[in-house]
Amino acid sequence: MKTIEQKGMYQKFPRSGKDTRVTHYCAGCGHGIVNKLVAECCAEMGLQDRTIFVDPVGCGVFTYYYWDAAHISAAHGRASAAATGVCRARPDAVTIAYQGDGDLGAIGFNNAFQAASRGEKFGCIFINNSLYGMTGGQMAPTTLEGEKTTTTPFGRDPALTGHPLHVCEVFSQLQAPVYIARVSVADTKRILQCKAAIKRLFEIQRDRKGYALLEILAPCPTNFGMNPLKAAEFCKNEMEAEFPLGVFRDTEKTGVGEAAIPKPQAPSAILAVKPVPQFATCAELFGVPDGVDAPPAENDPSVPERRFKFAGYGGQGILSLGICVAEAARLQRRHTLWFPSYGPEQRGGSASCSVVVSGTPIGSPTVEHPDVLVCMNQPSYERFVGDVKKGGIVIVDASVPIMKQPPEGVKLHQVPAIKMAEDFGVPKAANTMMLAALRAFKATGLDDEHLETALCASFKKKPQLIEKNRDLLHRAEAALKQP
Amino acid sequence: MTKFVKSNEAVVMGALYAGCDLYFGYPITPASEIAHGAAKWFPMLGRTFVQAECETASVNMMFGAAGAGKLCMTATSGPGFSLMQEGISYLAGAELPAVIVDVNRAGPGLGNVYPEQSDYTPAVKGGGHGNYQTFTLAPASAQEMCDFTIKAFQMAAKWRTPAVVFADGLQGQMMETVTLPDAELSRPDFSDWAAQGEPKTRQNLIKSIFLDAAAQEVFNDHLQRKYEDMAADAMAETYLAADADLVIVAFGIASRIARTTAETLRRKGMKAGVFRPITLNPFPRERLAAAAKGRKIMTIELDAGQFADDVRLNLAKSGLGAEAANVMMIHRMGGQVVTVDDAVKAAKMILGK
Repeated sequence: MKTIEQKGMYQKFPRSGKDTRVTHYCAGCGHGIVNKLVAECCAEMGLQDRTIFVDPVGCGVFTYYYWDAAHISAAHGRASAAATGVCRARPDAVTIAYQGDGDLGAIGFNNAFQAASRGEKFGCIFINNSLYGMTGGQMAPTTLEGEKTTTTPFGRDPALTGHPLHVCEVFSQLQAPVYIARVSVADTKRILQCKAAIKRLFEIQRDRKGYALLEILAPCPTNFGMNPLKAAEFCKNEMEAEFPLGVFRDTEKTGVGEAAIPKPQAPSAILAVKPVPQFATCAELFGVPDGVDAPPAENDPSVPERRFKFAGYGGQGILSLGICVAEAARLQRRHTLWFPSYGPEQRGGSASCSVVVSGTPIGSPTVEHPDVLVCMNQPSYERFVGDVKKGGIVIVDASVPIMKQPPEGVKLHQVPAIKMAEDFGVPKAANTMMLAALRAFKATGLDDEHLETALCASFKKKPQLIEKNRDLLHRAEAALKQP
Repeated sequence: MTKFVKSNEAVVMGALYAGCDLYFGYPITPASEIAHGAAKWFPMLGRTFVQAECETASVNMMFGAAGAGKLCMTATSGPGFSLMQEGISYLAGAELPAVIVDVNRAGPGLGNVYPEQSDYTPAVKGGGHGNYQTFTLAPASAQEMCDFTIKAFQMAAKWRTPAVVFADGLQGQMMETVTLPDAELSRPDFSDWAAQGEPKTRQNLIKSIFLDAAAQEVFNDHLQRKYEDMAADAMAETYLAADADLVIVAFGIASRIARTTAETLRRKGMKAGVFRPITLNPFPRERLAAAAKGRKIMTIELDAGQFADDVRLNLAKSGLGAEAANVMMIHRMGGQVVTVDDAVKAAKMILGK
């Protein structure tokens, strides 16, 4: 038998281990026609080398046996998500997702819709045959009212299952897509229109124009329970009555689409996309220190571990005070760890963080028994004061009433940090006052110089505050050292 | 160059040095800083960050990008990790390299955002459908969050498998000093199998379907052989274990609690040491057996005992049935962390002191 070369298709389809020229599609199935048209367009446009097809789960699953191009066979419903990954990974490729109406309309609707909304640069061919084909003719979101399927054995009742989902119409509400159209393969005229539309879809991808959706109404004689001719009639009459054919958008040709959606007159001053600074290498990007420029830690077993807890209200600079002590420890080449309270706790108004400083690598990161506790408010004082280690230090803001005494052997310092900061005219600097207290009471085991360098580094992004805080640190420390 | 960064940020730095070109992710506490860092730094190096609509999308975007021959990653926490399991099975089934970071939070269900290691089974045994495994690394510091992310990419590429970096909320949030790598890794060439949209990859096919049962079995055999071979890359470390009467077995953040516990016990005159698996899959079985033979064993873990069961299994498979039967455990759940005090008490009980 003479074989006829089919453009864009493999010459043999080794499905189930056999070399055959027969597809798995039933007689009269729309997929078979669409498969031929897609292969022809891809080949006629010379795009086979560049094309990556993303295949669905469903009756379209075996297109990789037919289309002579690269394929990625995706999970059920996820072809649009996978195609997003493909077109982002390979911007020069032509990425085409092929999906059915259960795949795109039901389980994967949000993936398809969001990909369209993001304007991903791939083309999506969406076969609407009004039901699930591969799994045995169940109801799809696109099933017509009154249509009998294996899960609507009495006909789809809109009162129970809603109305058919109009994918093109829904996607047309989005700004980003550049092409949205619905065609059919129910007769020769429609097949020719369909081929022109598929070609358009490929053109848009070839030229990297944006997201394109082509919905194709397709007969499913097997699950309709009809012969191919009757099934085609059903597709033409009943399905088209529900799903009218047409081009919903072709931005380039008609200007309908993004341009049709009015934009505000003047661009907002606060809503602007800024250019992304570019770096050639990781070393260039990360080569600038964020905080202090510290050398790696040194092992010194003679340096005992010291654990700190800092606590107060959010906004009192508790977390940055902890980071400041941690950065000073790094400058002193200590092993250092900082850990914040996080999650809803952080948003509930209170904030705390722990810092561990050690001459040897740090084991357990949690601070159950701090050597040093710094508290800026009453709730945190009462929560943590009982945990402080014997021989430890508690520094608490003088505004906190001492209703609970620290454990025996723990030294308590009441420091008017909040008031001092207010008196200095910088209420936000209460944490700097606490740093002064840590220095004045020699609570950190770290050099004063490193604490000061770390404080200055913490204002790297607000350099105008560096000298101010350095001055406040010195004045507060002098005041605290007065007998 | 050293940086004082959150461990979560160290993951992004490691990924960029490893040559990861695409990040796909959906925000979730306590992993969100990974997405924040990726959103900022990936584009600054001309690489791609996509905020997905859900974790199902993230993992399937990875399926596409990995299928197209690029290194890619995502990061999430428990609920998102659950959503990704189907996709991870597909990645394994199509033999695609990709890295998933799980910053474990407390569960089940919504749970809370505090640390647990309760995703042990899905992170280590393959949490989705089918006979697959992942290459799973358990970091315990910011430095390792960076280094093991790099290692995860290398192992993912070497074994053509999804790799999991299995962390927890505590270490995700903590800041430590990280020494950055000296150089970026070069990109692996996947053109012999990937669908790259180029002439030479035109007939490449990425799929996980074998409709023929015999072919599916052959493929499963191939996967199982691969997982056996992966054992060559198992990693572990010991601390004070050589003469220990009690070996504390712990991974990830719990291994640091184990370290302090062992030091505390030593100071009190009790011989305790630590065995820490660094790769949870492949599990460093032989090294565990060597460290544990004839010793008393206690695990420290932040789950219900999934890890202890795995320790027992690995001991039993090493012929150490008696040791396996006597594995003791101290654990906390719900976002609580085992304290050194409690671990020391438990160890003393086991040692009869």
